[in-house]
Amino acid sequence: MQEWTALALDTAKARGASFADARVVDLRLRDLSTKNGEVGTLAENESLGLGIRALADGCWGFASSDVLTREGVQACAAQAVAIARASAMAKRADAAMVPEQAYVDTWQNPYVKDPFQIPLERQLDLLLAADGEMRRVKGLTLAETSMHFTRLEQWYASTLGSRIHQLKVQSGAGIVATSFANDEIQKRSYPNSFGGQHQLAGYELVEELDLKGNAQRVAEEALALHKAGQCPQDERTVILESSQLGLQIHESIGHPIELDRVLGMEANFAGMSFLTLDKLGKLRYASDIVNVVADARLEHGPGLGTFGYDDEGVPGKRTDIITGGLFTGYLSNRETASTIGLDRSGGTMRAESWNRLPIIRMTNISLLPGTWRYEDLIADTDDAILMETNRSWSIDDRRYHFQFSTEIGWEIKGGKKTRMLKNPSYSGITTEFWNSCDAICSRDYWTLWGTPNCGKGQPMQTMGTGHGAAPARFRKVRVGMAFAK
Amino acid sequence: MSPARTSAKRRPSRVPRRPAAGAAVAEVHLPSDGELRRLAERVLKLSDADETEVHIDFVADALTRFANNTIHQNVAEQAMSVSVRTVFDGRTARATTNKTDDDSLRRAVAASAALARSQPKNPDLLPMPGPQKYAKVERYVPGTAGATPEDRAVAVSRVTELADQNRQTAAGIFSTGASVTAVVNSKGLFASYRQSRAEFSVSILEADSSGWAKASAADASQIDTEALAERASQKAVASRHPKEVEPGRWTVILEPAAVLDLVGFLFYDFAATAVLDQRSCFNNRMGKQVMGENVTLHDDVTHALQLGPPFDGEGMPRQTVLLVDRGVPRNLVYARSTAKKMKAKPTGHGLPLPNQDGEAPFNLVFAGGNTPLETMIATTDRGVLLTRLWYIREVDPYEKVLTGMTRDGSFLVENGKISAGIRNFRFNQNILEMLSNVGQMSPAVRASGEEAFDMVVPAMKVRDFHFTEVTKF
Repeated sequence: MQEWTALALDTAKARGASFADARVVDLRLRDLSTKNGEVGTLAENESLGLGIRALADGCWGFASSDVLTREGVQACAAQAVAIARASAMAKRADAAMVPEQAYVDTWQNPYVKDPFQIPLERQLDLLLAADGEMRRVKGLTLAETSMHFTRLEQWYASTLGSRIHQLKVQSGAGIVATSFANDEIQKRSYPNSFGGQHQLAGYELVEELDLKGNAQRVAEEALALHKAGQCPQDERTVILESSQLGLQIHESIGHPIELDRVLGMEANFAGMSFLTLDKLGKLRYASDIVNVVADARLEHGPGLGTFGYDDEGVPGKRTDIITGGLFTGYLSNRETASTIGLDRSGGTMRAESWNRLPIIRMTNISLLPGTWRYEDLIADTDDAILMETNRSWSIDDRRYHFQFSTEIGWEIKGGKKTRMLKNPSYSGITTEFWNSCDAICSRDYWTLWGTPNCGKGQPMQTMGTGHGAAPARFRKVRVGMAFAK
Repeated sequence: MSPARTSAKRRPSRVPRRPAAGAAVAEVHLPSDGELRRLAERVLKLSDADETEVHIDFVADALTRFANNTIHQNVAEQAMSVSVRTVFDGRTARATTNKTDDDSLRRAVAASAALARSQPKNPDLLPMPGPQKYAKVERYVPGTAGATPEDRAVAVSRVTELADQNRQTAAGIFSTGASVTAVVNSKGLFASYRQSRAEFSVSILEADSSGWAKASAADASQIDTEALAERASQKAVASRHPKEVEPGRWTVILEPAAVLDLVGFLFYDFAATAVLDQRSCFNNRMGKQVMGENVTLHDDVTHALQLGPPFDGEGMPRQTVLLVDRGVPRNLVYARSTAKKMKAKPTGHGLPLPNQDGEAPFNLVFAGGNTPLETMIATTDRGVLLTRLWYIREVDPYEKVLTGMTRDGSFLVENGKISAGIRNFRFNQNILEMLSNVGQMSPAVRASGEEAFDMVVPAMKVRDFHFTEVTKF
């Protein structure tokens, strides 16, 4: 495939591009789902094409095509340059980038079992077995299961001389039990909402999740929620389990640290950020036990934000985002790093596929583990609400004010987990919330969750991001406003 | 609304000239019906299934994105996909490729067959439909399909120039393009549709305020980009120095984009499958007065302000369906198999098979009123005017409580006039309750937002809209 990237780069240079990079992407997807004992979705999708980004007259152009012929690739590259020249019609300054070296490399994530080699019958049998277990619980109105697999092979080349081949295999699976009774809908998901858990891993991830073994429990919990007490409207101590905390990190740390948002490039759609440049190194983002990193390296784990190189040829790296509670880093690319005076890119340019322009995206934005045993954290808490598994999420366009609700809650009284609560929700202001964190569980309770559906950009791109978290405690949090009358 | 105009002194135009020579680049060639038929025939010949269906989709889109008064991203995309659904003895599955050589098509057919054969028999699967007749809709404008990056850059430059003149900052998009979609099956069904589409969205920013406007149409010439930018600019001026007002129950005037993004969350509740699965808010509520008598809602693909194909994922003709009649939900939309299960007639709203969601209405049309937005403001003693909503999510699926934020132009209305910009609110609002509290409505227009697909909706004045908290800007 690198002959196509080379042809694209040669064409762009011949047309006057001062820099260009090209990606050929071969993407394969498999989706399976069941509903109430019947197969729902059963589909495979393959897509192969080329995208080229060109800098000409100091401005950017991007074009993509699935016509992988000599003429098709040349036309696509020429179009990228022509678009860049059109961009120059409204130019204020030439685009500038921090330096990067050339890499010739190949990288792939480790996995044990290729999910595309596992017989479909076996995958369906597993889903139908979990589906059946949920439906054994009398009164359940809807049992749903799903699996999703992605194989993304990419050939990247740039006029700097980089030639990088990467292969990423991603797996995900989950189940959902929904109950309609007494004019109320309640649901429980396992191991998480958003289709369950997703990682850069093979089919071994699905087997480890034990969907069938958890099916009956989640179905029973969905039904039990109808009889549970309503989450109070109050100010309380809140303990968030790790998947909900992962989404809290995503929305209230991951997005506001994106430099394109900070610099106004996303103002029309995704919004901007409260983390203006004057706050770097000065803002007390969180309490001093909070340490957050952006880490795309394999040693961080098999997250959806793990890769060898980003989509502008920068090696995956770690950036300290919050250090001892202090705001210390943004997510950057070569251009925004130059804008704010950094030496090098943070390596966060990612594109959904060949037909999308790489933009700044989260990698793995993780809260580093604390020191608490989970059992000790509960025992140490007099009066709190434990919230599990996201149900709804919303945050303003500068990422100050958020509101989350979860599928289930539990009252903590006198150091013990007591009665179940339905419709739990909490809300707050980002920095006030993170500064109220006074306990984080240790690595034994830390999970690298995958968020497969992060939307950003115009045209919209969906990207997977990783978020490591362990259960944590927050004081004086407003709860119950979502259901306030 | 009539916020104060900016007083910034106008400077000379810096609208650029087009480049002298166009480069030899990829030109858009939309496949003709003949080419679609020939491609589908190649697939059908490769299949030994009991029945075979082919979906062909072609898209050629371009999008110019601007921020900080300059173009910072500028992209173009051209892609074709061929999706094959095979049926073997009551089992069906789909495989999709974007490659049209014989080997790739053969592989897609084989993948579809392997997926289909791997599963238990589906007792609800119906034989594929034969040839159908469709409503004629014309939504293809060659000038929009063939718009160039220079065309978009000229329009964007005028907007950034306006922002410069006003000492404001502009950000937004201008996209143009065209698409073709076809459904063909081995029973002789052939359905095809082509449309062009343009979309322009602009945010105008000031130090502590912002305004926004957006429009979409099949014909780019129907979008007045400068007027939209002017409107967003005026909103940014009028919302300067926002003050904080207390949350609670407010009379709210929702501009059409805000209405769209809220009521768009109802669309899947009208799916018969959602009712069958007991996850629709209309379970136990069909035929009951759950909204105000001034709320009537159709799904109508033939409406002059609507876009989209007049057939569904199986190639069935989309019918016009009265969903809500004077506040009473009367009808649902049905795919063929859902209709059979529920002893109803299919309405042509099925999603491509196989799927677990059934169907959905994608062409919602609200019956509007006759109260101009200005009159709504003039007749409000104390209320809030909202331009746009953001990050709306469902809190309670049956009570249909939605949460979200206001954004880019929130105003206090006092004594019939806009008196100030206000800090943005978080709302937690029951949508059925909101649609029971509609006092005034403007004529319905084609509206474009961010959370829901475009639809035809009015502006609304609503009593007791529930704001629960306030953010910091």
